[in-house]
Amino acid sequence: MATLDIRDLHVSVGTGEEEKEILKGVDLTISAGQTHAIMGPNGSGKSTLAYSVAGHPKYKVTQGSVTLDGEDVLSMTVDERARAGLFLAMQYPVEVPGVSMSNFLRSAATATRGEAPKIRTWVKEMKTAMDVLGMDPAFAERNVNEGFSGGEKKRHEILQLSLLKPAIAILDETDSGLDVDALRAVAEGVNRVSAAGDVGVLLITHYTRILRYITPDFVHVFVDGRIAEEGGPELADRLEADGYERFLKAPA
Amino acid sequence: MAERNQPADVRPELIRSTDVEDFQKITGREEQWRFTPLRRLAGLHDGTFTPGGLITRDLQAPAGVTGETVTDADPRVGTVLIPFDRVSAQAWSSAPDAYVLSVPTGAELTEPIRLTVSGAGGRDAAAFGHTVIDVGRGAEASVVLDHRGTVSYADNVEISVGDNAGLMLVSIQDWDGDAVHVQHQKIRLGRDARLRHIVVTLGGSLVRLSTTVEYADRGGDAELLGLYFADTGQHQEHRLVVEHTVPDCRSRVEYRGALQGDEAHAVWVGDVIIRAGATGTDTYELNRNLVLTEGARADSIPNLEIETGEVVGAGHASATGRFDDEQLFYLMSRGIPEHDARRLVVRGFFAGLLARIGDESVSGPLMEAVEARLAKGPN
Repeated sequence: MATLDIRDLHVSVGTGEEEKEILKGVDLTISAGQTHAIMGPNGSGKSTLAYSVAGHPKYKVTQGSVTLDGEDVLSMTVDERARAGLFLAMQYPVEVPGVSMSNFLRSAATATRGEAPKIRTWVKEMKTAMDVLGMDPAFAERNVNEGFSGGEKKRHEILQLSLLKPAIAILDETDSGLDVDALRAVAEGVNRVSAAGDVGVLLITHYTRILRYITPDFVHVFVDGRIAEEGGPELADRLEADGYERFLKAPA
Repeated sequence: MAERNQPADVRPELIRSTDVEDFQKITGREEQWRFTPLRRLAGLHDGTFTPGGLITRDLQAPAGVTGETVTDADPRVGTVLIPFDRVSAQAWSSAPDAYVLSVPTGAELTEPIRLTVSGAGGRDAAAFGHTVIDVGRGAEASVVLDHRGTVSYADNVEISVGDNAGLMLVSIQDWDGDAVHVQHQKIRLGRDARLRHIVVTLGGSLVRLSTTVEYADRGGDAELLGLYFADTGQHQEHRLVVEHTVPDCRSRVEYRGALQGDEAHAVWVGDVIIRAGATGTDTYELNRNLVLTEGARADSIPNLEIETGEVVGAGHASATGRFDDEQLFYLMSRGIPEHDARRLVVRGFFAGLLARIGDESVSGPLMEAVEARLAKGPN
């Protein structure tokens, strides 16, 4: 059973005089089968945590460790992390002109599975996965994320999640900017992946709305680069009622 | 070769002459030359070249097709092309002979003709050439004109596509790293003639290709496709002129280029002119560039000059995209290694264009050649 262990993680952006510390010592453990929600106000560093674990070059880890089943994630390249079992559903998925979805998905599946899926079963697998997310099969021939609406991009992220079957999936504000139908489709997609296999889910969100559809086992409140409070699903309900104000009070 | 002149009393760019001295010296400030690094032209442009380059031709052709070396007295030489600039005139006057490739009237070839032009001597050895491709009335032919080796080569290629004939011409520049190539291709389409012209530029230090298309009569249809891949230090310049002078002709231009590495430079200039008499013209030109790394530069200049409003369509577009760190991160975050990610993007970028060649025996090796260059990474 896979476990992602984040210990005392400090992360900065920028260089020299401009360097700014965003994460100030994060401790978090996610195991397969669990769903964690990280909630927090804008600018608290939630997305930085997601991108740092995925290995985005913009973020510099200055202290701490990230391991996946004891393996040092921070020493891996971005693609090695994905092949080791990490997945990041991005808040703003990138358009890649010239590369068709079907070509991209097959390349990604080939990389993460270690061998190319057989054409016949792959076509069926892809079609089924798109079908349950309510995606038009014509999407397969479109260029990756090019001209997609916000909802279509997010469905595409969840489509990848369901096809790539990672050990640990980080969903960075997958719920933001979605209408109710898209939100429900995305949430159901995540729940299906959770139910089907041993995946640990780290759901990063600013809003509580998605937690009506996905019930977390653990809720972490993220404030100013570290976790300020932890609890069960009831913590989300309190945040829904009270907001983040009590965490944001200026020190006396 | 002998001189054939037209009166030189017009704007410089309209001069047509076989005499080098009829053209002004090239300074690099001219619109036509401002992108070209003259010091890397090995003197092809100012007479300071060192002779001694060697050109050999190898023809593989189905029965009925002839390839012969002739003198400039041959009536087929100069019927389509008269030099339009100093380098072209230099090639005309310095070419030792002319090579004429003929496809007889009505011939329907099922196999491509392959004319391989190999250069030897290196960049400090200049050579000059002249080629005539004559496709007879009603004939159907494919020609692969393959340039390779290393030499400094200036040449003219004149192509006549007869009435109701169809020609697919694939011109490949797969030169070795230090080669210099300046070429002028001039194509004349007869009535209802069809041309699919595909330029593939991969190798060479400096490659500057000018392609000019004119229509002799109505119903001509020209599709001009280009693919180029400029690596570190390479200068690749493609200049097209499509001149619509008669009614009811069509032209489509689409060039796609990828660039990687420091000082990789691609220049694309596409001029489409619709003269007052060319009513019913249907034209569109497009250039797309994909910049894969920092330090590479693409210049793209489409021009459309219209003297009549009675056209079916006339448009142009140009776009330069960058394969950026965010795209790379996105693909890699799905497990795809960096090299594969780049290949995926470049392959996708060129695939649609190569598919239009139709003949897998021609397009397959071209994609392999692109991937081989990509696999090496920036030099």
